[in-house]
Amino acid sequence: MAFRYEVRLSGSGGQGLILVGKVLAEAAAIYDGLNATQSQSYGPEARGGASRSEVIISDGDIDYPKAENIDILLALTQEACDKYIVDLKEGGVLLIDSQMVTKIPEGNFQVVAIPIIQSAVERLGKFLVSNIIALGIITKLSGIVSEDSVKHAIRSRVPKGTEEINITAFYTGIELAQKWLDQNGPLNT
Amino acid sequence: METPNPNVKMWQGNVACAEAALAAGCRFFAGYPITPSTEIAEVLSRRLPMVGGNFIQMEDEIAAMGATIGASLGGAKAMTATSGPGFSLKQENIGFAVMAEVPCVIVNVQRGGPSTGLPTHAAQGEVMQSRWGTHGDHPIIVLSPCSVRETYDMTVRAFNLAEKYRTPVILLSDELVGHLTEKVEVPPIEQLGIVNRKKPLVSPDKYLPYELNESDIPAMANFGDGYRYHVTGLAHDETGFPTNNPEKIQVQLERLNRKIDRYRDDIVEIETHYTEDADILVISFGSTARSARRAVINAREKGIKAGLLRLKTIWPFPDREIEEISAPVRKIIVAEMNLGQIAHEVEWATRRSKPVVRVNKINGEPITPNEIFNAIIAQD
Amino acid sequence: MDYLQYLRLDKMPHIWCDGCGHGIILKSILRSIDKLGWDKNDIAMVSGIGCSSRTPGYVDFNTLHTTHGRALAFATGLKIANPRLHVIVVSGDGDATAIGGNHFIHAARRNIDVTMIIYNNYIYGMTGGQVSPTTPSRKKASTAPYGNPDEPFDISRLAQAAGAAYVARSTVYHVGRTDKYIEQALTKTGFSVVEVLTPCPTSYGRRNKEGTAVDMMMAQKANSVGLERAKNMSEEELEGKIITGVFVDKDQKSYLTRYNEVVEQARNAK
Repeated sequence: MAFRYEVRLSGSGGQGLILVGKVLAEAAAIYDGLNATQSQSYGPEARGGASRSEVIISDGDIDYPKAENIDILLALTQEACDKYIVDLKEGGVLLIDSQMVTKIPEGNFQVVAIPIIQSAVERLGKFLVSNIIALGIITKLSGIVSEDSVKHAIRSRVPKGTEEINITAFYTGIELAQKWLDQNGPLNT
Repeated sequence: METPNPNVKMWQGNVACAEAALAAGCRFFAGYPITPSTEIAEVLSRRLPMVGGNFIQMEDEIAAMGATIGASLGGAKAMTATSGPGFSLKQENIGFAVMAEVPCVIVNVQRGGPSTGLPTHAAQGEVMQSRWGTHGDHPIIVLSPCSVRETYDMTVRAFNLAEKYRTPVILLSDELVGHLTEKVEVPPIEQLGIVNRKKPLVSPDKYLPYELNESDIPAMANFGDGYRYHVTGLAHDETGFPTNNPEKIQVQLERLNRKIDRYRDDIVEIETHYTEDADILVISFGSTARSARRAVINAREKGIKAGLLRLKTIWPFPDREIEEISAPVRKIIVAEMNLGQIAHEVEWATRRSKPVVRVNKINGEPITPNEIFNAIIAQD
Repeated sequence: MDYLQYLRLDKMPHIWCDGCGHGIILKSILRSIDKLGWDKNDIAMVSGIGCSSRTPGYVDFNTLHTTHGRALAFATGLKIANPRLHVIVVSGDGDATAIGGNHFIHAARRNIDVTMIIYNNYIYGMTGGQVSPTTPSRKKASTAPYGNPDEPFDISRLAQAAGAAYVARSTVYHVGRTDKYIEQALTKTGFSVVEVLTPCPTSYGRRNKEGTAVDMMMAQKANSVGLERAKNMSEEELEGKIITGVFVDKDQKSYLTRYNEVVEQARNAK
């Protein structure tokens, strides 16, 4: 039977989560030969408000393109975490920004807390690349797409002139995830 | 990592619509910003000038529709795109395009209504408005895509049908498909079967822009081709000039409606899954049909004889197809993001000979596979 | 000149009432076109709804009779799709500045390469004399039985403020001037507007006791003030006067010129 892997990226509008979803889906579909969809749900705000972007990856047909049984949920704000946790599957991964999400909802899931936004500011001097750092972490934690594919997808999707800093951010994310795994042991997937 | 095929794109539905329009030969787009259709305008504002085409953002939705018709009369394949409130505003001029038989494509990326409703959420509430939104008896062609690839194919088809039948064609998408990004293998242009309007073969003094001919589809001269004729939204005769002659009006309006009715077999397209031995038939369209397909597959896995009939053409309504395919089934389930606009037509098509169960949702959230699956289980 | 070569005689008689000034404007348009020697195949006349908007039906050009107020929108698409066409919009005061007011100011802003002739008779004639955006204050209309409570638009000033490249106002009494303005407008690059005041004895004059068509035209003569002279007159002195003349005649890039630059840019960026 075909596998179906669900990713929900949530935070506030303007954090670049729709872009991350598109990059992840493109990496899977164009470079890894899988099927993938990306969809989003957002409010009227161009900036702020709870926003979510969802990616479904499968080796079969993807009929319903919305996440219902999430494998990995990224929450960059407390509001998004509280609002979007409901569909995280039992034993799924909740990836949070450790400084933005301080009240962790109760439930049967694995929590990965990493200072994503702070790392963007401190290590790359750019708050704006938090999204790509998160993408690196998700790539590493999920193992659902190859790092090379994501790298190519980043190059094809990010604005011209920002490729290098985004690639650096991506590897920063991979490194942060590896560090977390080294400290906490492997995830059950 | 695989070496990517350059013809495989990761496109949003709205992007596929814009790219398909270009491939179909669209060289004029007039629009007005409205969520969730705006990306179509954004892409074409960048892409049309690259091919020497014209993009214009008009002062309002009404003007965008008017400019689209004007451009088509000037010889360009023309399109506009909108959503909910904008679709309402365009209705009068859509009627003009129907009456004056001006080919053009109108994309409506449906969002929640009525009124301003839910700008960023999907709905399918314009089934009836796309059919009857403009006043008076008139024919219309409405196509509804369920995927990004199909958005591409149907946009091309919308232009082809518009040109072939000298009529506006509505592409009825929805927010979910319009904003969904998925893989599209772009077909080579020679596979698209591009159709261009039939030009007059007679000299200008013999030209009748609304000729009563065997095909019911009059040839169309573009303004500037040397055929100085008159185009009006008033009831007119074969010459295009207004008339109050009841006989002439009757024959023209009958031809106008017959022109689509008689070719309905060429226009109507459906898709079926597992209908051969189905006991319960699910009917759906657009993005909701994706959930319906999953629900039917899940039901089959549980040993329930469910089948899916997906409407690709919404108008003319696939009534004969529905009647035929549903004849052996016990029950019909219609899933749609409105309160039963298609279900009502299905009841007519099946002459209320069997129960039609409705699965409806109008809160901006898509109907899930489980919701349809549960309806199937309940009928089993 | 031979008017008949431009007219669709089989569409006569026209629908305009005895004493209506619209036919005078039509002849001015035809004289101007004839003087320019344009090929009829290269001319498109576009209109909306109303008495003036029936003009295209009577002339042997590419003619388009659209929906109420929307002529400019259709004309914009037509001109852009086929820039070789000389696109002329004819419109009435209600069509142009009430229901079509938005298109009017934006056509001017955009400086689209179209000429618009506005037949201003202060009234909705075809539907029986309802108040329009140019009906003078306190004048009567079928929907202003106590007198118009509103202030009217000054169409030429509106076009000027919105950015048209050429704006002129004349009356049907001043035929020579009207001819000249229309000819100038037709040859202008960008959006050009000629507002021509035209009497509606049936729906406006009768209700406001302005006498016969001849009386109304004589009043145009008596009340017209040239733009230069008007500059030295007080507001009181200008009360009830018609200011005529060329309000705007400026050279600025038209829409098509600017869009061609966009195409160049896009092609180079490819």
